[in-house]
Amino acid sequence: MSVQTKRTKLKRFLAFAPLILLFASTLNEFDFNYLNYKYFSFNFPFILIYYWSLKRSESLGYGYIFIASLFNDVVLGFPVGLSGLTYFIICGFAAYLRNITLRPDIVKDWLFFLLTILVATSINYILLTTFFSVNVNYYDLTGNIFFTFLLYYLFSYIFDIYQRFVFKEQTND
Amino acid sequence: MATSRDDFVIAIRSAFLKKGNKQRFSLVALILFSIVLIVLSRINFPAINYLKIGLNEVVYRVSFIVSLPEQQLNRSLIAINNHLNLYNNHDQLKEKFKSLRGKELDNEYLKFENERLRKLIDEYIINTEELVAKVLLDKESPFLRSLILNKGSKDKIRIGMAVLDGPYLVGKVVEVNYATSRVLLISDLNSKIPVILEPGDIQSIMSGSGKNNGQIQYFKTENILNEKKIVFTSGSGGIFKSGIPIGEINSGEEIKFFSDLSQLTFVKVVSFNKENN
Repeated sequence: MSVQTKRTKLKRFLAFAPLILLFASTLNEFDFNYLNYKYFSFNFPFILIYYWSLKRSESLGYGYIFIASLFNDVVLGFPVGLSGLTYFIICGFAAYLRNITLRPDIVKDWLFFLLTILVATSINYILLTTFFSVNVNYYDLTGNIFFTFLLYYLFSYIFDIYQRFVFKEQTND
Repeated sequence: MATSRDDFVIAIRSAFLKKGNKQRFSLVALILFSIVLIVLSRINFPAINYLKIGLNEVVYRVSFIVSLPEQQLNRSLIAINNHLNLYNNHDQLKEKFKSLRGKELDNEYLKFENERLRKLIDEYIINTEELVAKVLLDKESPFLRSLILNKGSKDKIRIGMAVLDGPYLVGKVVEVNYATSRVLLISDLNSKIPVILEPGDIQSIMSGSGKNNGQIQYFKTENILNEKKIVFTSGSGGIFKSGIPIGEINSGEEIKFFSDLSQLTFVKVVSFNKENN
């Protein structure tokens, strides 16, 4: 097998990485809580869904996001459909930003991400507390939003590098 | 002005109503579908419950496998920490062991005396049935503090059963599937357990704080907690038997749990029945 074929196969596999990461993160809910830092936690699926809906929406199909949201509801013990609604609000905001953006700018994306997660988490919080009478610690949630917002910049940078490596040839075609 | 409003409407319509590139569903359809699912969940629609039970069985197992690398990382961190603190821990444990040896004998005597006196006043003796379960998943997010166990209705697990780590209470069963079950930890905000504080015989309700400790709620203001107190279950409400140790209060209203809830691997699931004299 030539080196070129091997490379193409690797890239084809890597093209599925966002989807694999989405399912792994919703099933595992990895947020480094075990480090036991008092207010540190972040929502990786939010970063992933926003970034890929904004930059390359075909990498994460809405159908797959819906299945991942069902998994997340089960893992977290949420009512069925709640994570789905939150994820699709993020997708909607990202799609809107994509439609109105002529020249992409990381800072603008980043600030819009803050607005997006504030709206999505607020809806999630209101539904949980009023509709399902579940208590949620407001301060923890604020910490979660803050760190998710901060880490978006870092992950966005990593995803940009990954995108240049994996999808460069496809974009040039 | 009118043009910018038109642009906004067009962008919104395009984002929510149109199917995106290589997308099979429009966003608005999926949002509406999610809302319908939420409403059906709220009214406990049977089909949604069956869907949830089916998903639980599959997702818990898959999630256990996916979590393995993170669990391994967690275990490694704990092992490194334990090694670093080994010498200090050894000295502390030696001291503690000395004092506990004396207390153990006193305790045995008091236990027998207590049983004898209870029989005298016709008080019921509580019979316990227990089984050991493995912790499949340990979910400690800002939203929920819970465990998933590898035992379910096929092992006669029922909602409301107490979950212990050794002699200490760590939570109660809140969801039972065929082969798995979910335990709400005592550190969760939604956990409310009737407790008694000793010494002082103060009745109260313990709530989780969402962190690794608990809080005392609904107790009279004259019961100022200015000395060390041990927190036990009070047995009120008949959910748990009385006297299961939970934690201690050193000052204020914060309870430090005896059990480390982030390091549970095996737990005991216990039901309490009244035994007739």
